[in-house]
Amino acid sequence: MESLSTTKPKSRLSNSNLLFIIAGIIFILMYGFSLISFPDSFMQFQTFFDLFNFNAALFIITLGMCIVMIAGGIDISVGAVCGLVTMACAMLLESGTENVWGALFLALGIGLAFGIMHGYLIAYLEIQPFIITLAGMFLAQGLLTTLHKDPINVTWPAFVALRNYTIEIPWLGAVNRLGVFIPCEIKPGVFVVVALVILYAVLMKWSRFGRNVYAVGGNSQSARMLGINVKKTLFFSYVICGLTAGIGGFVFLMTTGAGNIGNGALFEIKAIAANVIGGILLNGGVGNLLGAPIGTLTLLTINELIRAAGVQSNLQAIVSGLLLYLFIVLQSIIMSLRGSSKFRLALPSWLKLNRLQDNGD
Amino acid sequence: MPRLKAHFDRLSHLFLPLSVLVILIIINLIKGADYFRITMVNGAFYGNIPNILFGASELVILAIGMTLVTAASRGQDISIGENGAIASAIFVQYVLNAGEVTLWTILAGFLISCVAGIIIGAFNGALVSFFKVQPMVATLILFLGGRSIAFIIDGKVSPILANEISNRIGTVIPGVPIQTPIILTVVFIALVAVVLKTTNLRLYVEAVGINPSAARLNGINPKKIIFLTFLIMGVCAAVAGFIAVNKAGRHDSVNLLKFIMMDAILAVAIGGNSLGGGKFSITGSIIGAYTIEMLNRTLLRLEVEPEAIKAFKAVFIIILMVIASPVVRVFARKVLDKAKTIVAGYSVRKTVGLNKAVLSTTDTSARKKEE
Repeated sequence: MESLSTTKPKSRLSNSNLLFIIAGIIFILMYGFSLISFPDSFMQFQTFFDLFNFNAALFIITLGMCIVMIAGGIDISVGAVCGLVTMACAMLLESGTENVWGALFLALGIGLAFGIMHGYLIAYLEIQPFIITLAGMFLAQGLLTTLHKDPINVTWPAFVALRNYTIEIPWLGAVNRLGVFIPCEIKPGVFVVVALVILYAVLMKWSRFGRNVYAVGGNSQSARMLGINVKKTLFFSYVICGLTAGIGGFVFLMTTGAGNIGNGALFEIKAIAANVIGGILLNGGVGNLLGAPIGTLTLLTINELIRAAGVQSNLQAIVSGLLLYLFIVLQSIIMSLRGSSKFRLALPSWLKLNRLQDNGD
Repeated sequence: MPRLKAHFDRLSHLFLPLSVLVILIIINLIKGADYFRITMVNGAFYGNIPNILFGASELVILAIGMTLVTAASRGQDISIGENGAIASAIFVQYVLNAGEVTLWTILAGFLISCVAGIIIGAFNGALVSFFKVQPMVATLILFLGGRSIAFIIDGKVSPILANEISNRIGTVIPGVPIQTPIILTVVFIALVAVVLKTTNLRLYVEAVGINPSAARLNGINPKKIIFLTFLIMGVCAAVAGFIAVNKAGRHDSVNLLKFIMMDAILAVAIGGNSLGGGKFSITGSIIGAYTIEMLNRTLLRLEVEPEAIKAFKAVFIIILMVIASPVVRVFARKVLDKAKTIVAGYSVRKTVGLNKAVLSTTDTSARKKEE
């Protein structure tokens, strides 16, 4: 009897952590490579912070997409919703209302409305998520062009002050050619990113909802048999994704300060790519939420690296496609090697957090 | 009668696309009764219906390929527009460098572009089948880089394809009353129909899509079948690119077949196919593709503002999918069953009454006997 519980080591059910660790290692290698090859630009801390400063909206949207992808769905409307939010908020701020809170609530409301629509139609009416979110994307784009066609620059002083507001870190920085010390700057959007990452990571790791999402994404049939309310879980995952897209749109407006038709274009594709690099599979049920920011960082580092290398503008897209190809193939090879159990991850024992607990020794 | 019913059951998957088509036709007829009018201009048919057939020709061809890919690999190819752009760029370069343009140079260029399409399909297919990458992610690579490759092949912004033959392929051949892209589409559909009728492709693709491991145990190699569907997708994309570039008369590497993958996936879904793989209906996808083109033209005909067209399209798609959703269908069936039982109950009461009458008559006769 005792052999059942003690001697036989348990094996982990999913490859979540392996994929996440691969993503982390790839990012560190990538950044290390860029540090060695372009020390002038990448050695500065500001370069690293700028990845966050100028792409805060993409980070946020990737988080929302991550939850939907873990639940086994897909939401391709996020980019368009983000663009719609920027335009609507810019119009509200320019119309003389002069209320940042009103704009924030408008952003959240638009995101929530799209989320509820998607969630209800997908979870309770059982329609394929791709079609519904495609329709949501068309709807958001159509509303965006009906609202206003030309870019709107928000000129209200209080908002401009918010846009230009930066937090300086006095002990980090670089000395420029004239010998003046320039401290590193962080925009408020970065704090939103950090807060949301922590919030969602806690939600997915320790809350009942998070575990339900993993169960539903892994196998909705067995999740239902376990007594999980599959429809409710799916519904709330889409609502959270829509809400996150709304927040992303507001942060986008806070970064650029203008509503434009092109805002948030192709964010959905970038978010999916970032999540896949971060080890969150489109099948659902697999992935670590922290993989989303790691994947986004990797994607952005690729772009930054190509820009630093001075690649011809035509070739930039091709080179980033090739790098993506390399990652995907590498990931798939590692996964298949692991599947045939010829491969063991040679990590020091203190890195194998979960495995250590599971093995019971 | 039962035979007829079985026949209808077999066609039940076409219910959704056909009903959508009928709704659209009704809307158009309400707008103007002359919707079906066809006029002869310079010896060719023009009008609403020929225009829809003309406009949707690339979409139909791509939807056919997308149906096969979706059925076998349980995912979608999002690089079809880029694939078509690259293949047609090669075609344009071949024709421009060939010197004198004859029918044979066009044909040779077309075949070369088909080979290019197959190579691109093989790239995507190898990633999906042998490296087990999800289709949408595998094709993301070309989606990001494809247009740049097409631009590099072009060498400059939109080379112009000005010769008599490609002009005729793009519009009308003198003496033939139907526009050439429509004829090409029909030929392509006929080819696909012959292939599906004469080979086991449909069976194998459906088997792989429903359960790859079960298919493997039955002697079908899922990797090969998925790879094959991507090769077919490559050919479809090359043909679509060929038609599109001849229609436009120049090769615009940025805007040629842009975002057509969304419409193609939508066509597959409206055609009643599951986007999760398995059984498929090419007929449904073809009707779905024509429906999307008709929807676009209907919105234009209803004089919707061009900025709001996308929003109206979205609302229409949502209404459509809600009507066709499994939950609503089950609900409708329940309502129908209830109506049936009410009708049946009424008739049962009638027959019961009759039986009582019969009983009473027999009783009286029995009583008579006793007496």
